[in-house]
Amino acid sequence: MSQDRTLSCQELVELVTSYLEGTLSAPDRARFEEHIAVCEGCTNYLEQMRTTIRVTGMLTPEQLSPEASSELLHAFRSWRS
Amino acid sequence: MLRIASLYTPSRAVAEDVVQETWLGVLQGLDRFEGRSSLKTWIFRILTNRAKTRGQRERRSIPFSALAGAETNSDEPAVDPSRFQGDDEHFARGWASPPASWEEVPEDRLLSTETLSKVDEAIAALPEMQRIVITLRDIEGWSSQEVCNLLDISETNQRVLLHRARSKVRRALEKYLDTEQDEEKAPA
Repeated sequence: MSQDRTLSCQELVELVTSYLEGTLSAPDRARFEEHIAVCEGCTNYLEQMRTTIRVTGMLTPEQLSPEASSELLHAFRSWRS
Repeated sequence: MLRIASLYTPSRAVAEDVVQETWLGVLQGLDRFEGRSSLKTWIFRILTNRAKTRGQRERRSIPFSALAGAETNSDEPAVDPSRFQGDDEHFARGWASPPASWEEVPEDRLLSTETLSKVDEAIAALPEMQRIVITLRDIEGWSSQEVCNLLDISETNQRVLLHRARSKVRRALEKYLDTEQDEEKAPA
């Protein structure tokens, strides 16, 4: 691989989302994975991004207020009967 | 649903109204549901139609696609450039201060109420479109296609918004976890 085709760390961090979304072209994906294989900082960075996504996923979706829920429940019951 | 409704409406109270109207609309219209789309898509179409009607009456005039354009047309690095080496240094644009591994961070600290509230704060501080996209993708679990359809934005814009949002949340998490570790290392 020629020198101008290798990714720098600063370039790699901008490709992390495309990598995780699976939208990188095959050659870009290969360059990404070659870099990760030999770079501890970028390995940690990718791991941090994966952890960030996992932690964000632990936030619970918002709940309806009790008033709104009870009104809905009431409407639903009268619809059923 | 409340989150989606809130995208189009000025206040939580109006959003709650819209969700409620939507369920009533679903109940009343269930007989007419023909199964040509999934039930989820059908319900969300009712929701967004009602929310848009209320939103037009009460606020929103700028389309999401315009907001998305405004939030993606300037440069915004994922990581502070000062953490990389300069062009003339040995590892040009390589890490000068590399990120630490979080593998040693215990799970109960990572998922503690305090950590989660930091993430929540970071998301709340994001520009509107980034906040919407990360919420739908990473909290509500929508696919990128579903998000593009709902907001009427391109696949590329969706990805850039998600990238910027996640990068900022990671930065907030890194700042928080690093400070916490330093405090632990410091003598009492």
